[in-house]
Amino acid sequence: MIQNNPIGRIIAHIILIVGILIVAFPIYYTFVASTQTLQDIIRPPLSLLPGGHFWENYSSALFGGISKIGGVGVDRLLLNTLVMALGIAIGKIIISILSAYAIVFFRFPGRMFFFWFIFITLMLPVEVRILPTYKIMVDLGLIDTYTGLILPLMASATATLLFRQFFMTIPGELVEAARVDGAGPLRFFKDIVLPLSKTNIAALFVILFIYGWTQYLWPLLMTNRNDMATIVIGLRKMIDFTDATTQWHLVMVTCILAILPPILVVVLMQRWFVRGLVETEK
Amino acid sequence: MASLELTDVRKVYGSAVEAVKGVNISINDGALCVLVGPSGCGKSTLLRMIAGLESITDGTVKIDSTVVNNLGPAERDIAMVFQNYALYPHMKVYDNMAYGLRNRGMPKDEIDKRVRDAAQILELTQLLERRPKELSGGQRQRVAMGRAIVRSPKVFLFDEPLSNLDAKLRGQMRVEIKNLQRQLGVTSVYVTHDQLEAMTLADILVVMNGGVVEQIGAPLDIYEKPASTFVASFIGAPPMNLVPVTADGSGLILKDGTHIGAQGLAVPTSGAVIGFRPEDLEVSAGTDTHIGGLELDLKVLGVEPVGAESYVYGIIGGERVVVRVAGRSTSQTEDHLRVIIPKEKLHLFNEAGKRI
Amino acid sequence: MASSKHVTFPNKFLPYLLLAPQLAITAVFFYWPASQAIQQSVLREDPFGLSTQFVGLANFKHVLNDANYLNSLQVTVIFSIATALIAMAFALLLAVMADKVIRGKGVYRTLLIWPYAVAPAIAGMLWLFLFNPSMGTLAYLLRSTGYNWDPLLNSDQAMVLVVAAASWKQISYNFLFFVAGLQSIPKSLIEAAAIDGAGETKRFWTIIFPLLAPTTFFLLVVNTVYAFFDTFGIIHAVTRGGPGKATETLVYKVYNDGFVNLILGDSAAQSVILMVIVIAMTAVQFRYVERKVHYG
Repeated sequence: MIQNNPIGRIIAHIILIVGILIVAFPIYYTFVASTQTLQDIIRPPLSLLPGGHFWENYSSALFGGISKIGGVGVDRLLLNTLVMALGIAIGKIIISILSAYAIVFFRFPGRMFFFWFIFITLMLPVEVRILPTYKIMVDLGLIDTYTGLILPLMASATATLLFRQFFMTIPGELVEAARVDGAGPLRFFKDIVLPLSKTNIAALFVILFIYGWTQYLWPLLMTNRNDMATIVIGLRKMIDFTDATTQWHLVMVTCILAILPPILVVVLMQRWFVRGLVETEK
Repeated sequence: MASLELTDVRKVYGSAVEAVKGVNISINDGALCVLVGPSGCGKSTLLRMIAGLESITDGTVKIDSTVVNNLGPAERDIAMVFQNYALYPHMKVYDNMAYGLRNRGMPKDEIDKRVRDAAQILELTQLLERRPKELSGGQRQRVAMGRAIVRSPKVFLFDEPLSNLDAKLRGQMRVEIKNLQRQLGVTSVYVTHDQLEAMTLADILVVMNGGVVEQIGAPLDIYEKPASTFVASFIGAPPMNLVPVTADGSGLILKDGTHIGAQGLAVPTSGAVIGFRPEDLEVSAGTDTHIGGLELDLKVLGVEPVGAESYVYGIIGGERVVVRVAGRSTSQTEDHLRVIIPKEKLHLFNEAGKRI
Repeated sequence: MASSKHVTFPNKFLPYLLLAPQLAITAVFFYWPASQAIQQSVLREDPFGLSTQFVGLANFKHVLNDANYLNSLQVTVIFSIATALIAMAFALLLAVMADKVIRGKGVYRTLLIWPYAVAPAIAGMLWLFLFNPSMGTLAYLLRSTGYNWDPLLNSDQAMVLVVAAASWKQISYNFLFFVAGLQSIPKSLIEAAAIDGAGETKRFWTIIFPLLAPTTFFLLVVNTVYAFFDTFGIIHAVTRGGPGKATETLVYKVYNDGFVNLILGDSAAQSVILMVIVIAMTAVQFRYVERKVHYG
């Protein structure tokens, strides 16, 4: 290691702290706003320290029933978002671990065709085919359903590719040892592959949970009824700068509630998240 | 306990690549058979066909006179030790050994007894709760063996099990495997590319090359009477010296044109190869009369003292050879030595490399 | 001697069974709509929706000659380049600093990865809270210096605001990749450069930065794709493409023409053009991945 000079290190710390202040400021500001009264918020500048209305604002947002978005409570929106995020994450993991297993551990006619069939979906995010996909959802009667929110977003190749890559690192001798030990493909999957994939599954779960939680365009199209909206969509509907009756303090609370769960997941599962992120893309 | 019989076993990959070209081996109950040969000779493929991990293109594999060609690996009642051990990384040593038994639905207490017995034999009792990555190479090797032992199968299969260990440990494990195999009396097939391992372990040694069996026999028989130049050069270290000769009416002609007396050797006019082991040459003082044998001139290229003996590298009749000399050699580079090969130590091979 | 191909199970039907769920979902929600988009893009529906006729490439011609579409393309390019450059430069600076410090690395990382978890639409809203002229504190401060700040009316200011929100959201991602990239540079190279007399700044530009090129290039592609497709929420939540059409990106326009203005043929043609753009970007990314595989 080259000896860093201490001044250089101090400068580095300063730059990092300034950077963090910039990165964290929008979130901090919103948090501060969520503890103020409506009157304080609409008369800038806002104090940079949290106000004294934390409990009041949060309890009225969660339980008070004031912040009804078209008659729907924040709890319902959070539940919808949770169902969607979990559905996408778990569903995607299940279908892709199964298909990757088939592609890596079996030889069968059409294997490469199916691989490419799945692989090509990498190239086209849902954003570029929204209208026809929307029409299909209407035809299938999936508007305003969890199925409609979840199923189409499960069709992606990223997770399959990650599992495929990982499976290819499992030594062939392990498969042979298992065969000699009397384990068929399903038992090998259950006893060997699944336990070995634990960290990969955890990593992928974080990434996909965030992906599901932060969806915007798709729930915007798929939900007409307010009680099926996600928290992000609901929040968007609450915001109206031209409307003098907008309850800004409750908007701020909702905003914090909308970003808190994914932030907690990322921070608490940081190890898997970082690993998953850097590895999914490589 | 079982006998193992391979009859005309062939393996063809795709439509053209013939990896194993018709092999016949018969192994008696309790014997340890070693398949040895260079990489790509088909020995591993053959082992994997016995295991049921590769399909058999042609011929039959019989275990205890039952044809097992169409049985899966788990149904053949064999156990295998892999080159990289193939231990399940997320399972404890205990579970690694118990896994195959559980899959067969064996009662818990029976599994426990067998695992503990095997652990006792292999001195793994203290390690049963560890995971493979917490073990040394030698310990992993033992676990892999333990996994095979607990099954008490009809046949043990070893696929280069010692190649990942360092030299010292390899020697030690070699002895252990041999003793264990004797003790358990399980018919075994052992694949290696290391001729020393092959010599020391085998009851029956099978030397393979290019998909065919070059020679089958007891190790020392093979050492003493190699069936071909390939076997001669593969078994033994340093390998047997091979010097090509041609014959005319008066005697033998070496590669560089040197004439020597035929000494009654029946060399065909088409030519032959004379073979002699490095330890079978006698360095002659110069004047003494010899007992009968080939007398040759050796030009010294270099000497390697390795302690108890020395290797003298040199050229005879244009061909590189090596001579094993007890103790230290006083020879210097560029020296010319007169060496004698006693007639009974000579091996003669025809032009195609087959023993005459 | 072990065969180079992967060891497999001999089984005839199981693999198809395992693949079935993914194939079904991919077919229904991916291939079907994608083919419909292509089909739709060569058809035109009459205003009453009574009949459709085949019009060949007319929709594409129409779209590509449309001043609004070209404007939107230009907006997207400016938006993407600005977002990618700002997000990457800021992240690289922080990553280099984080690589330098000895204590507190983990803490800094934890504090820098939050924005990744924030939905783009919410990222937009957060910045709007700060900068909207009616109640944003920072807007208030700007205006109190006499600057005429109103992103809801001024197109350039609107662009600045969405770029800020979009790049803010992407910093975490870039930071993590740059940190990983920096860690993979062998320390011995940097030591060798130091022995060769290169100062710290020189070491960065002549050794570290060139060696980071694969990471940088990769991130450039990822950030561009992000700015193209994942920022719909920001635009929709902050500016709705306005003022005028100053922040109308391509994806936003597909949505707007298809769902708000209901011009189906044009919207489909735009979708097909977008598909071509993504495929091109993925191909570029793939060449990079391939190179990486070959040269390790």
